[in-house]
Amino acid sequence: MTVDLGYGMTLVALVLAIYGGAAAAVGARAGRPALVESAQHAALGVFVLITACFALLTYAFLTFDFSVRYVATNTNLGTPFYYRITGVWGALEGSIILWSWMLGLYTLILILRHRDSARELYPWALATMLGILAFFLLVMTIAAPPFQRQVPVAADGRGLNPLLEDTGMITHPVALYLGFTGFTVPFAFAMAALITGRVGDTWLVLTRRWTIVAWYFLSLGLLIGGWWSYHVLGWGGYWAWDPVENAAFMPWLTATAFLHSVMIQERRRMLKLWNIVLVILTFGLTLFGTFLTRSGVIASVHAFTQGSIGALFLGFLALVMLTALGLVAWRWEALRSQGELDSVVSRESAFLLNNVLLIAAAFTVFFGTVFPLLSEAVRGVKVSVGAPFFNQVNVPLFLSLIFLMGVGPLIAWRRASLENLKKNFLWPVVLGVAAAAAAFVLGVRSALAALTLATTVFVGATIGVDFVRATRARLRVGEALVPAVGGLLRRHNRRYGGFVVHLGILLIALGVTGSHAWSVQTEATLRRGETAELAGYRFRFDDLTAVEESNHFKVVGAFTVSNGRVLDVLRPAKKFYPQEQSPIAYVDYRLGLKEDVYLVLGDFARDGTQATIKLQVNRLVSWIWIGGVVLTLGALLAILPERRTPA
Amino acid sequence: MNRRTKFLAGGAVIVAVLAYMIYAGVTQSAVYFVTPGELRAAAVPGKAYRLGGMVVPGSLKWEARALDLSFTLSDGTATVPVRHKGTPPDLFAEGRGAVVEGSWTADGYFKASLIMAKHSEEYKAPHDGTQAGYQELIKTLRGDGR
Repeated sequence: MTVDLGYGMTLVALVLAIYGGAAAAVGARAGRPALVESAQHAALGVFVLITACFALLTYAFLTFDFSVRYVATNTNLGTPFYYRITGVWGALEGSIILWSWMLGLYTLILILRHRDSARELYPWALATMLGILAFFLLVMTIAAPPFQRQVPVAADGRGLNPLLEDTGMITHPVALYLGFTGFTVPFAFAMAALITGRVGDTWLVLTRRWTIVAWYFLSLGLLIGGWWSYHVLGWGGYWAWDPVENAAFMPWLTATAFLHSVMIQERRRMLKLWNIVLVILTFGLTLFGTFLTRSGVIASVHAFTQGSIGALFLGFLALVMLTALGLVAWRWEALRSQGELDSVVSRESAFLLNNVLLIAAAFTVFFGTVFPLLSEAVRGVKVSVGAPFFNQVNVPLFLSLIFLMGVGPLIAWRRASLENLKKNFLWPVVLGVAAAAAAFVLGVRSALAALTLATTVFVGATIGVDFVRATRARLRVGEALVPAVGGLLRRHNRRYGGFVVHLGILLIALGVTGSHAWSVQTEATLRRGETAELAGYRFRFDDLTAVEESNHFKVVGAFTVSNGRVLDVLRPAKKFYPQEQSPIAYVDYRLGLKEDVYLVLGDFARDGTQATIKLQVNRLVSWIWIGGVVLTLGALLAILPERRTPA
Repeated sequence: MNRRTKFLAGGAVIVAVLAYMIYAGVTQSAVYFVTPGELRAAAVPGKAYRLGGMVVPGSLKWEARALDLSFTLSDGTATVPVRHKGTPPDLFAEGRGAVVEGSWTADGYFKASLIMAKHSEEYKAPHDGTQAGYQELIKTLRGDGR
């Protein structure tokens, strides 16, 4: 029953989406508003149907309807209530529903916001959105149907992947997918601009805020993913250059590039072609990322033929890219720049360099991710380049980017005079050099750490200089301090939102540097009452207990942590799930601004007298999460509508 | 030099530096996947490999106090003794597949710096090395599909 209903609704939604897309396109071409209006109704219908599918699947999860195969493979009777809901998007089929639902939601918002404001572009954007939505509904019907019968009906399900039983898993995929799907809107408007030939600034102004919204969610998704990796996976790291992570990072890099190059087009009418290409690239990379992580191709070039999903995604990706780039070629003349670069020392070139470096970073990540596939396809040998490759190539790129973050916002447009450079950068440079010197005196011997510190302080100082100067200007005209700062943030929210995001990046950079340069770890096997030492901390093994939970069994160790005085008792555990052959480690930690104490239970004697633990003291990692919060707040500030009239 | 040449020269320099960085990065961090048979045939001491095979039942020794882990990896044609300093990861057990990263030593064993425990969002059916046979196992480990 559930299966038939769900599958039926998916099919109807697919037909409606195809009809809507075609109606919007024909309506736009023939100038028939009635058809466009009909497409709007179709879009609403699609959204309602996907919502119903989503609700139906959630209901099946909550009621343990094991006649649905997807439910049977991703939950069991012991799964707690919370994780029965998140289990809905715990695997491929459910994530495709979530994806389609969000796409439908974005389509509705697009209709509500732009129905009357962008008459020429809007129908084509709507057609593009519905076309892409139709593709995902097609995936839902043929390649990865969530509504499939389980015969015979299982008495109990297999259960959710235990690693996903974490609060981070509620929010991480949702944020990530809102980011991924969000980039469809700018892409749709870019397509509309190319089709209508209105490649001027209208589409750009329309999509600027959409892009920040998508960028905000994608950043949030990446950050939560890092946090999940850090506190669940038990290896003490937050980023492993795993293909799954890279898949989300590549569109983030190109979208970041776009958010910067947009300003050049607004100000100087340059980079029109470049901006369109960046939007197309970002959208293409979200599809490519899904292809990469979902088709099994990453394990092998030959694996993706095993399921239809890989071929489907690759085909659609090729179709989208060929169509988009074909349109770009068709509008080539209109996309040529009107402006010219005046000087190498100018804000334009700083932004241009920023874009080149971001694209270079995206390319290296792409290259490293597909390298094993390339080497296998070309030479028949599987060669992988791991984290060392990504770190080695990307660290200089990111350091240069951070440096530019200080230069870009303050250097003059067109041509910077020596006077301008001195006025803006003298103090920041002095402070940056002083910071490096201070670090050296305090015992920092890693050149990379010192360089990062100097760059970070330099950029922080440029933001400070700008902010103080702008506030002073307001104070001079008689405003009080608090309204002056508030007004500044509110009136120039895009500029200062950007600065706050930059501050967030600086904090993240500090956290990354600290954790790489100064973290320490060791392993030890302790008998009860024995202690291990690391970086001034003592860890005493107190006891080991067994606990029965609703869907698993766990062995919990108790370790007293002290550094002169007792700080905490940490309880890392090993969880045993009946459906899993191997235990899952459960990390315990004590977070701090300076350092985290991080404890993993590795192995234990069955009688509870002995335990092997992995101990880590991870330096400055908390600043990554703090920086993440700052960054997202900044993005929110930038999303606020701009206020041009005085408050 | 006019502006255009300056920008072109700058672009060329950036591309060249980037190409060099990628080239250097690949040559320094490329790790080859080998099976025990392939490693035995031509092992270069000190070179980094990624070795995949089945943990031979009965070969696993774990000295908790000394943190010494030793086991033998097999692909059905040859075996390689492996030693590692540290706790075995969660997904590691006898009769199952494992991929280790490290180097061949002149003393006749493979010194593993890393034992891989991959996580996957998708639910993977448990892989029984003894039943599926070595061929099938190596195929999954290599991710080769051939």
